[in-house]
Amino acid sequence: MREVTRRKFLATASVAAAGAAAGPWVLRAQAQSGPLKVGVILPYTGVYAELGVSITQGMKLVFARENDMVAGRKIEMIQEDDEMKPPVGIRKMEKLIDSDKVDILTGPVHSGILMGMRDKVHNSKTILIVSNAGADAISRERCSKWIFRTSFSNWQPCHPMGTWVAKNLSKEAFLIAPNYQAGKDMMNAFKESFVAAGGKIVDEDYPKLGETDYAPYLTKIRQSKAKAVFAFFSGTDAVNFVKQYDQFGLKKTTKLTGAGFLTEPDVLPAQGQSALGIITGHFYSPLLDNPTNKKFVRDFRAAYGGKVPDGFACQGYDTAEVIVRTLKTLNGNTQDKDKWVDAITKVEFDSPRGRFRFDPKTHNVIQPFIYIREVKETALGLNNVPFDKVADVRDPGTGCTLPA
Amino acid sequence: MAFLPDVFGQALNGLAYGVLLFLLSVGLTLIFGMLDVVNLAHGSYYMLGAYAGLTLIAVTGNFWLALLVAPAAVALIGAGIERTCLRPLYRRGPLDQVLLTFGLIYVFEDLVKWIWSGRIRSIPTPALFSGSVTVFGATIPSYRLFVIVFGLAIAVAVWALIEKTRLGAIIRAGVFDSEMTAGMGINIDRVFTGVFAFGAALAGLSGVIAGPIQSAYPPMGASILVPALIVVVVGGLGSLKGSLAGSLIIGQAETFGKVWLPGASMLMIYVVMALILLFRPQGLFGRALK
Repeated sequence: MREVTRRKFLATASVAAAGAAAGPWVLRAQAQSGPLKVGVILPYTGVYAELGVSITQGMKLVFARENDMVAGRKIEMIQEDDEMKPPVGIRKMEKLIDSDKVDILTGPVHSGILMGMRDKVHNSKTILIVSNAGADAISRERCSKWIFRTSFSNWQPCHPMGTWVAKNLSKEAFLIAPNYQAGKDMMNAFKESFVAAGGKIVDEDYPKLGETDYAPYLTKIRQSKAKAVFAFFSGTDAVNFVKQYDQFGLKKTTKLTGAGFLTEPDVLPAQGQSALGIITGHFYSPLLDNPTNKKFVRDFRAAYGGKVPDGFACQGYDTAEVIVRTLKTLNGNTQDKDKWVDAITKVEFDSPRGRFRFDPKTHNVIQPFIYIREVKETALGLNNVPFDKVADVRDPGTGCTLPA
Repeated sequence: MAFLPDVFGQALNGLAYGVLLFLLSVGLTLIFGMLDVVNLAHGSYYMLGAYAGLTLIAVTGNFWLALLVAPAAVALIGAGIERTCLRPLYRRGPLDQVLLTFGLIYVFEDLVKWIWSGRIRSIPTPALFSGSVTVFGATIPSYRLFVIVFGLAIAVAVWALIEKTRLGAIIRAGVFDSEMTAGMGINIDRVFTGVFAFGAALAGLSGVIAGPIQSAYPPMGASILVPALIVVVVGGLGSLKGSLAGSLIIGQAETFGKVWLPGASMLMIYVVMALILLFRPQGLFGRALK
């Protein structure tokens, strides 16, 4: 009996000693040892595939730096192609939440998909980090405690441009954007500050999304005699609009300005010389002169065959950085969702775009700067060269009361 | 506001767009008239033309060479498709043909993605026509003027070919009654292949022509199909004249719709189509339905 008791004692003691030596690591492993599942909903096919790829590349760069292991938890990305179709994106979201049981979600590119995801994300208390879709509403009346945005609200790149154009170019502007939510959001943001600065909107037009022939609108712009145009287009629309604008000889009479997407690197090569001289507002350019960006551009180009990162890649980078940093703060324990949300709200770091932080009022990123950029020929080919900036641009967040 | 130059300028815009539609729809209407096939993959030849042109220009730097060679390459592909895929289906119902040509859209799209990647590309404007000109107070890119002149010249050439040559007579006979034509000792199979390849070549040509105005991306063939089909329906199936008239009408309707009814511009062409079908169900120049 004595013998057994002693042996038992020794066994118990050694287990306890081992536990004490390993310390909190064991306790954490007991608490949560599985991988951290990151559900990614982005377009990987179709016209916007390029955007999905850039965002993903930016994310992977950060996770690779950590060897896909953060605070003892393996990072596991589950990527789903939303094909830019709301029904597809929403179905994929349901799969990621209900059957894959992801710990955190990120994406999408399409604002329609984001709006479709909103209620399910909110009600299931799934943390979503929006890595592109700019719908203003998600930082305003439809904001949610569980939703953060690392990219932008449509308002952000356009509002500073209104003031800038009125001050530096012309008090009369013609507005043009595709006829859907993002187009309307952006034009309204521009109007707000342009009119406040004494500007007058000569006329505005909303061609259909995916328009191929802008000739009728370009003829109208010429006749309006406006000195400046403010435009938002992206993808093939941006290519067609900019090329046709140049062919109509409008570059000589009417300065073309817009939201950054008009001349992002996904469309710039196809626009070619036609894009020279276009002035846009955006939170990023690969030419930004800060150490984090220099390293980011260097690493990104090394990892992806010389490809120069764009704003979308920066959005992916920041999304992954938010996940990595908050995971470290929580020691890998993500079971208490409220604590996680709290950590995300407080996260702050140097991003390629400047000092990154969320606005606690809306959970939307405060843009460290909106850079005013002009398309010029540079050593890296055609590029958006920043020459002016507006600091700390935060969405007004009208109608958002967090926590909600 | 100068009203007349405005209207004139917009009419020119509509004309340039209409001419592009004509180059697309003429092949569609001939193929339907002769082969009795609604070739839903017709837009794919437009896409292939644009991409072939893109590559030729990248290699040779010569737009005009691309304008000549790319359509020839597309014609060869068209001939191959007619021989291998469509021929076995001539005696089958229209459903089989629609399914097959619809499937071909995806095949071509994936092929283009595989060869050229899905990245947005575009054909640079040829240096000769890079500026813009002012005609009677209306400013228009000189390239669009070139498109108008070139497209109308092609229209005349196609008309002369079909109305004035022996080959044209055979084609017209084939459109009217292919069995009878075959019975007269004409190798109708070869004529079928020829017509199909010719239609594909014109679609390829419009792909190169549209290149400097529009960007190239894989679903471009599918998105141009709807206006081309509307043109054929408005003009009358199988009619060359109808295809020209339909293109010009739809070109103007869409352009003026964008100017005068912003917000409802999409609606315009459908309204025009509905009105024409209401009064002439067979289309403007279609044969009366029996």
